[in-house]
Amino acid sequence: MNTKLQPIFDTHKGKDGALLPILHDIQHALGYVPEEAVPLIAKQLNLSRAEVHGVITYYHHFRQTPPGKHVVQLCCAEACQANGSEALAAHAAKRLQGADVTLEPVYCLGLCSIGPAVLIGEDELHAHVTPQKFDALMNGLGVKK
Amino acid sequence: MSITIYIPGDAAALAMGADAVADAITAEAMQRNIKIDIVRNGSRGLFWLEPLVEVVTAQGRVAYGPVTKADVPELFAAKFLQGDKHALRLGDIETLPYLAKQQRVSLRRVGIVDPRSLSDYLAQGGGKGLARARKLAPAAIVQQVTDSGLRGRGGAAFPTGIKWKTVLDTTATQKYIVCNADEGDSGTFSDRMLMEGDPYCLLEGMAIAGLAVGANKGYIYVRSEYPHAIAALNAALKDAGDWLGDFSIEVRMGAGAYVCGEETALLESIEGRRGIVRSKPPLPAISGLFGQPTVINNVITFASVPDILAQGAAFYRDLGVGRSRGTLPFQLAGNIKFGGLVEIPFGATLRELLYDYGGGSRSGRPLRAVQVGGPLGAYLPESQFDTVLDYEAFAAVGAVLGHGGIVAFDDTVDMAKQARYAMQFCALESCGKCTPCRIGSTRGVEVIDRIRAGATEQIPLLRDLCDTMTYGSMCAMGGMTPYPVLSALNHFAEDFSAVKAPLPQAGEGLG
Ligand SMILES: Cc1cc2nc3c(=O)[nH]c(=O)nc-3n(C[C@H](O)[C@H](O)[C@H](O)COP(=O)(O)O)c2cc1C
Ligand code: SF4
Ligand code: FES
Repeated sequence: MNTKLQPIFDTHKGKDGALLPILHDIQHALGYVPEEAVPLIAKQLNLSRAEVHGVITYYHHFRQTPPGKHVVQLCCAEACQANGSEALAAHAAKRLQGADVTLEPVYCLGLCSIGPAVLIGEDELHAHVTPQKFDALMNGLGVKK
Repeated sequence: MSITIYIPGDAAALAMGADAVADAITAEAMQRNIKIDIVRNGSRGLFWLEPLVEVVTAQGRVAYGPVTKADVPELFAAKFLQGDKHALRLGDIETLPYLAKQQRVSLRRVGIVDPRSLSDYLAQGGGKGLARARKLAPAAIVQQVTDSGLRGRGGAAFPTGIKWKTVLDTTATQKYIVCNADEGDSGTFSDRMLMEGDPYCLLEGMAIAGLAVGANKGYIYVRSEYPHAIAALNAALKDAGDWLGDFSIEVRMGAGAYVCGEETALLESIEGRRGIVRSKPPLPAISGLFGQPTVINNVITFASVPDILAQGAAFYRDLGVGRSRGTLPFQLAGNIKFGGLVEIPFGATLRELLYDYGGGSRSGRPLRAVQVGGPLGAYLPESQFDTVLDYEAFAAVGAVLGHGGIVAFDDTVDMAKQARYAMQFCALESCGKCTPCRIGSTRGVEVIDRIRAGATEQIPLLRDLCDTMTYGSMCAMGGMTPYPVLSALNHFAEDFSAVKAPLPQAGEGLG
């Protein structure tokens, strides 16, 4: 773990308020923030483990367990609701049953005129996602039914 | 000579398939041995036309849209590179009524300028505000902003000049400029469009703020849901060179907490802590980031400043109505036919936005309710569609303009369900500091569930609860959640009377 984290710590050395940037880099590199990383981060930033743990758990974005092979985020906020996101969410949950995919709600992707909106991975966006389009996207990723 | 083609790199355009179109155009041009130069611009904000491709021809920029990758060979065959006829040809996009009727100020370069090029920004009139500010005394810069009548565009509409003056009048050696780019409200994307489509404008506004108050360090706090905006800002900063002088800016990424859009929670988050709201006073202007005097403003607030400096305060103040001066970039979202960005001076009506620009619902059914100002904003019924778009006129009908997000719903909407969602969102996003918000929102979900299951005698209880949240919460998260809830109850009472849903099972929630 230490060898994985040291380059990240080095990047942010001397930065004011470095905790969130460090957590982002760790999640970017590993897909989540492992429990073993907490004491190392705490030591690096001269914080208590409880403080670091408190921050990780406070923010919806940070994950404490490894995600599935793909991460799919569905917008569940009002403008997407107005365009049928709830039906899509129900469909997606069914379609992804047993699949190695992490399905998460997200509250607005800034695509509110062209919803329902979906984010796959860190930056792949899709608009007007109907259940049919969702299936096509999942088939494209090779996600088995 | 190579031909310049604009294909938006804006997140909405990407979501509509702009990258695939860019790839197809590159491949087709290569095959035909035509030299082209693709610029990934921002979006013009007419999303039903995305991906919108513009070709620079002898007749000027000629637009085609919405283009799919399958259209590309045909477009080449039709000689679109010379601006020739094709079913998708729109001509000069600026002559379309949707754009021609707007009066863009803050977002006037978005979709036009190359967001990756400082020299293009300067060529398009950028930089003049900063150049002027450099010749003025700090107090004179603040005076310009005060005289413009600019009020914060993040939601609370506080006069920007007054905030800046407070920071200027402090004596600290270290002060900060913080840009609130958390844009968490559903139905809003103007900050995103500006950051992706004209990032230098934001940097310029922040640098001017730095000169105005004596700060040399700025932070832009961008939500993690906006990876493309973050990339655009970082690219712009990398190429800014010494244009910003000794003012330095760092981009910080949020982590999916709506309440971190509240200014003091945002400062906590930059400092590396949980985004818990601070009690005021002290104001951030006196003791903000790392305990130092801090200007914190919304993206659009900063982006309005360069033109105010360059063209003078009067130009901005002369737009608008009442105490709402200048323009607001409205965002038409939800179930709307022509969704997009509409920047106009204050003073039009909601109805004009919904029908003259928006063309009514996307589904073709009647519009029934419109939520204005994000998740903490009221739902307006048809009878209020003639309300003038002005902060005070909205306040007078128990609503808010907020950050200008307009979310339309057709007549299939269940307003009791929307009220429930408002409470649930508050429960999910509450920072937990005060009881009315933390506990009240959860109780609110439960009460609405019972009402929806037929216990209409609990409606007074819901009103009491809203009262407690309104008057007992420390910030607008708990304090304004009653806006959507009570407006739904007051204007759409019928949705709360019939049995709509059985009581949900414990733990049942949103997808
Ligand atoms: C729960 C909550 C969320 C907020 N979210 C945002 C936001 O995403 N963006 C924003 O600019 N202001 C947001 N605000 C308003 C800020 O607290 C603050 O008023 C604003 O950043 C000041 O900048 P302005 O004067 O330029 O509007 C939010 C406020 C609350 C209470
Ligand atoms: S109202 Fe809610 S979000 Fe605001 S301080 Fe209180 S608990 Fe936190
Ligand atoms: S509400 Fe779904 S993208 Fe904004």
